[in-house]
Amino acid sequence: MRPRFLFLALAVLALRPAAAPAQVFNPESFTLKNGMQVVVIPNHRVPVISHMVWYKVGSADEQPGHTGLAHMVEHMMFKGTKTVGPEEFSRIVAANGGQDNAFTNEDYTAFFQNVAADKLELVMKLEADRMANLALKDEAFQNERQVVIEERRMRTENQPEALLQEQMRAALFLDGGYHHPVIGWHQDIDAYKIQDVVDFHTRWYAPNNAVLVVSGDITAARLKPLAEKYYGVIPARPTPARARPLDPTPVAQRTLEIRDEDVHQPSWTRYYLAPSYHVGDKQDGDPLQVLAEIIGGGPISRLYKSLVVDQKLAASVSAEYDPDSLGQTIFAVATTPQPGIEMKTLEAAMTAQLKDIAEHGVTDQELARAKNKLRAETVYARDSYHTGAMVFGQVLTTGGKIEDVEAWPQKIAAVTKEQINEAAKRLLRDEKSVTGLLLPAKPGEATVVSDPNAGESQGLIGGNVR
Amino acid sequence: MKKSLFLAVALICGTQFCGAHANALTIEKVTSPGGIEAWLVEDHKNPIIAFDYSFAAGAATDPAGKEGLATMVSGLLDEGAGDLDAQAFQGRLEDLAVGMTFTADADTFGGRLKTLTDNRDEAFKLLHLALAKPRFDADAVARVRGQMQVALQQEEQDPQALAGRAFSAALFPGHPYGRANTEASIKAISDSDLKGWVGGHLSRDRLVVSVVGDITPAQLAGLLDQTFADLPAKVVLAPVAEAQVPAKGSLKIIRRQVPQSVVNFGEAGLKRDDPDWYAAYVMNYILGGGSFSSRLMTEVRVKRGLAYGAYTSLEPYEHGGIVAGEVATRNDKVAESLKVVKEELRKMGGSDVAVPELASAKTYLNGAFPLQMDSTTAIAALLSVVQRDHLGIDYFERRATLIDKVSAADVRRIGAKLFDPDKLTVVIVGDPKGMDQ
Repeated sequence: MRPRFLFLALAVLALRPAAAPAQVFNPESFTLKNGMQVVVIPNHRVPVISHMVWYKVGSADEQPGHTGLAHMVEHMMFKGTKTVGPEEFSRIVAANGGQDNAFTNEDYTAFFQNVAADKLELVMKLEADRMANLALKDEAFQNERQVVIEERRMRTENQPEALLQEQMRAALFLDGGYHHPVIGWHQDIDAYKIQDVVDFHTRWYAPNNAVLVVSGDITAARLKPLAEKYYGVIPARPTPARARPLDPTPVAQRTLEIRDEDVHQPSWTRYYLAPSYHVGDKQDGDPLQVLAEIIGGGPISRLYKSLVVDQKLAASVSAEYDPDSLGQTIFAVATTPQPGIEMKTLEAAMTAQLKDIAEHGVTDQELARAKNKLRAETVYARDSYHTGAMVFGQVLTTGGKIEDVEAWPQKIAAVTKEQINEAAKRLLRDEKSVTGLLLPAKPGEATVVSDPNAGESQGLIGGNVR
Repeated sequence: MKKSLFLAVALICGTQFCGAHANALTIEKVTSPGGIEAWLVEDHKNPIIAFDYSFAAGAATDPAGKEGLATMVSGLLDEGAGDLDAQAFQGRLEDLAVGMTFTADADTFGGRLKTLTDNRDEAFKLLHLALAKPRFDADAVARVRGQMQVALQQEEQDPQALAGRAFSAALFPGHPYGRANTEASIKAISDSDLKGWVGGHLSRDRLVVSVVGDITPAQLAGLLDQTFADLPAKVVLAPVAEAQVPAKGSLKIIRRQVPQSVVNFGEAGLKRDDPDWYAAYVMNYILGGGSFSSRLMTEVRVKRGLAYGAYTSLEPYEHGGIVAGEVATRNDKVAESLKVVKEELRKMGGSDVAVPELASAKTYLNGAFPLQMDSTTAIAALLSVVQRDHLGIDYFERRATLIDKVSAADVRRIGAKLFDPDKLTVVIVGDPKGMDQ
């Protein structure tokens, strides 16, 4: 049961380790006359190709009241052009033995087809067509709005963890485009008009604002004439600047809590407002990746060893961070208690660990192990023909360059203990954090439920700021 | 030691790739001196080896009241072995950058090993240790038991997981396939259950091995014996009965205050070796097999906006099969969505598919097959499926013909045979309006 449109929000963080390896892919690249960048990652093991077009626009580029519009446009890209009927795009791809899909994130929107090598030209023609000639009808839009609302219910409103994470994001980012969820607030999805979709597409879907990434059984020499023929003929036009200003300096530690009778497994999650490679304490991007690996990167990580193995308080721990973001981003730490352990006890132990790291830093042995593991991941990353395509798409739409990807192993190898400790001190500050608690309802306490169809996005479960 | 290698060669290819393609993959059958067989695709471009193995022995053999035993063993084999406790064992894996996972499902127990060529011998030594000398230290057992209890509680708050669990129980009443872990069953698993499990279930006659990557047949042959030679040649397991899916259907509603209801529906299906498998496979793709252009997606999502998705799948088990489907829709649209679904099930057996619809389905199923061969790990996993299903090393050559042979009449016949919309087993988690059990 394959999901249809992959909708990548925080889950994209999971790509981090595989998502940054380098000097591994050895890509070829060129730029079309209209400014469209092209990256080719050859891998000839099987005669198949992954063809992707990434647009430099995401949910963080939306306007207030129009949250979720980038994702809505992604859906509407399947609803027809001047010459291809609604839903025909996917039908043609499938009837040619291919698979297609799309996904949206805060900083990018991407479309892809996986096809046999001899079907590449067909999908290039189709993809270029919907960049230039989207032709939408209101009936299809009204219908797709309902589909997106069901998607929101499935991914967020039906899931207490997801609802909590959405609220935590909104609390962490005080202002700007990262404050709202990628899929958008429910009342905004209800409200926009087809003209908003058309305008958004016109504003952002230009060749000079897109990156073509092709991986698999292909070379730049074979791709170039096709890229010129289909994408090269679309005229460039100005697109808006993408603003990712520094968030206002946070001064208050925030804690959010969802208590609900349908919550059976408590969890504790903390977000820290973190720099990316491009905004904030940029120099901390590499050290913080190593830090995430050291504290939460597996069963011998600092937090796992302490909270799960030694103190026997937690069933799981995790730490996630990805500096490939156009603006500031999230450093997330999470844990779930072992059965019978009070949340207060676990929380105290977790915060003590974080305090210890901020004050005393990491050890040489931890650093060596983490670097070793990250280095090996660069070799594994080359194995899959999808990984390279995902990495370049993500990096090139979030302000990075091809050379950044290729230099990643050297950059990680050069990280020192002092850099990590300094970065940890800057990051792990209570006032930069939002803590989210998911808790079962207290006995006898009624669930807070509002009418889910009333248009309120957060009507399902009562959350409150403490 | 003299290595006798029996080599058989086949090509992995979808329809359009058969023939003289330089980049088709070659499968070799490797037999170790000790008689252990493996399928190997040599690929020396990257210094990586993906090793995928499984045994025909799974959670269906868990004793009643101890559901979760096989899963718990899978969680504990990398938690300490030989002289290494859990942290030492995991530390070795990390320092060598070795990926080692174990999984148990209803009918099989298996694992994957992924290593860099440089660390190959050490990696296989650790795998051997995990299978031959797992420690089951008390604190590791307590930790994994707690993690399983936590996973169970997480399922309780996930409507999709809850629905899946209730759906299996409804389709396989009284059968191991319908039983799930419970708090009590996880608690009841004893140290001796765990310690006896590997020797009592994992024997060489039940083993299937697939390998892709930077290794030669001779190197692999030696490692096969070294890794698995300590396991018993043969074990006899308590028999698992053939599953009887209730013919008359049922409706179960689990009330939860969520805005969207998750609906699972299904009936008896086919086992993988059923002569009608390919007809059902093509039929399922047309009906709801994951494509955006399937009939269910068109009717439920595209035309009516009722749901984000509507899917069906064939789920073959060793002792029975089901055809299952899922749709998730707002609470006041559950009845309408189910009506649309039932109408499509009825049509599947009521009239022939159109010629272009059938042709497109076949082109897709043949063309998309090689798309899954994304990495050495993915190819190894695919080879293991082919081996476990006894499809033969020439399956990659035969597959397209098996699909192409399916006729419109076959699709209609199997649709009529599998679906009686009035006798569906339906499980709903949510707060569906106007519906009662």
